[in-house]
Amino acid sequence: MADSLYKEIILDHYRSPRNKGRLDPADYSHEDVNPLCGDEIVLDLRVKDGIVSEVAFEGRGCAISQAATSILTEMIEGRTVEEVKALTKDDLLEELSVPISPARMKCALLGLKCLKAGIYGVGHMHDDDL
Amino acid sequence: MVSSTTRQTATDLDVAAIRADFPVLNQEVRPGAERLSFLDSAASSQKPASVIETLDDYYRRYNANIHRGVYQLSEEATQRYEAARHLVADFINAPSARECIFVRNTTEAINLVAHSWGRRNVNAGDVVVLTVMEHHSNLVPWQLLAEEQGAELAFVRMTPEGRLDLDHLDTLLTREPKLVAFSHVSNALGTIHDAVEITRRAKVAGATVLIDGAQSVPHLPVDVQSLGCDFLAFSGHKMLGPMGSGVLWGRRELLEAMPPFMGGGSMIRKVELSGSTWADVPAKFEAGTPAVGDAIGLGAAVEYLSELGMDRVQAHEHGLAGYAFARLGEVPELTIHGPKMTEGRAAVFSFSLGDVHPHDVAAILDSENIAVRAGHHCCQPLMRELGDVATTRASFYVYNDHDDINRLVAGLGRVRQIFGSA
Repeated sequence: MADSLYKEIILDHYRSPRNKGRLDPADYSHEDVNPLCGDEIVLDLRVKDGIVSEVAFEGRGCAISQAATSILTEMIEGRTVEEVKALTKDDLLEELSVPISPARMKCALLGLKCLKAGIYGVGHMHDDDL
Repeated sequence: MVSSTTRQTATDLDVAAIRADFPVLNQEVRPGAERLSFLDSAASSQKPASVIETLDDYYRRYNANIHRGVYQLSEEATQRYEAARHLVADFINAPSARECIFVRNTTEAINLVAHSWGRRNVNAGDVVVLTVMEHHSNLVPWQLLAEEQGAELAFVRMTPEGRLDLDHLDTLLTREPKLVAFSHVSNALGTIHDAVEITRRAKVAGATVLIDGAQSVPHLPVDVQSLGCDFLAFSGHKMLGPMGSGVLWGRRELLEAMPPFMGGGSMIRKVELSGSTWADVPAKFEAGTPAVGDAIGLGAAVEYLSELGMDRVQAHEHGLAGYAFARLGEVPELTIHGPKMTEGRAAVFSFSLGDVHPHDVAAILDSENIAVRAGHHCCQPLMRELGDVATTRASFYVYNDHDDINRLVAGLGRVRQIFGSA
């Protein structure tokens, strides 16, 4: 199971996260934590003409949470806000292409929760609403 | 490889025989995989067959409500429920079984004291002394109380080696706190605090003393009379007992002066529409139908531990702690948090492995059938103090042996391999 979870795509994004940093100012910004294991993510977006022009994240936590967020930033850069809103957790899980067990789902979805909560301007998104 | 420093003696626990008593440890978790190394007993222990059979027997043979039925089933249930209370009282050397209240867990026991004793005795401007190492269960109830009553919380600091700073305790005691509440053994760092000395100093300063025994009562001999405390809270499920079983022990005169925690059936003497009077302790604090089977199951767990002998349990775990300390020390980039020695330390090890996140460490160990805890261990303030978001924790109990530690060390090697450490 460790072999299938810690595939090169996860380890690569974990070791060399894409779009790491903060955007100041940002059009959308949201921070969330996974209290179960203490993963932390803050995600910033800049939107120009309805398109995500820049995205960045800061965070610390397990390989799954950090790699999934890194992969997510690549998925949304250059997409329209409407496309980003339409993004589902299944889209992200498909992109991760590793089996995420129920126990690690909160890790995998933390970045997406930040993205959705930020773009909808709500305090917190529930996993079930992603 | 470091060999064991403990010699086999006639008093050593027979771990193979003990393990055979635990059905969970004798199953095939994954087809063809090695046996399960369960290293998370600090979170909740496994249960021996005698406890499981006690539950089964209760539900199959004499399931009934207690303290009311005049039929045979109810009489047997009542008798066994009260017998379990006596077993628990003897286990912690309580002067009276009536001082032992059955609750669901340590958290409920501490909340009971905070609501009942706390609201009556902690007022605006009063000080409650805790420590920076508390589990959330011995922190959040006091935060709620302090907010409600306008009281202030003060925290005993930790020394760099993960022990409580007793000089700082003395400083805080000059503020004449109403209560000093602390964990006997830290669930996150494994530090065994000098509970007798802390209690003695707190009592001299006039404070009431509550000890969180969640990590001590299952692992070492605990005697409330020699501790000298006023309250002791602990969980049955961490000491081989059923989930949902726990105990609050309190000094009788305190319990008798306290108002009820929850109102309802069983806790009353006389009820009129205009008001009610309360039953004697412990019934006053056991409103509603209790978890009868779980309490009886806890009695069976206490019998199991008593048969092993808590002195031998303590010696066994001390030996495991020494071996784990040495073996973990061989793993490159591994940092053990808490005391850097085995004296005054329980068989609980929180560690960091380079910059690999604990969740990843635990997931890889799980794939080797080694169960450890990853996270903040319900000690977020302490984790912040350590500068880590979370740690990996391996904790040991009566059914663990050197082989479990060897497998843990090998598993950590696998983690380093996957994450490409040297």
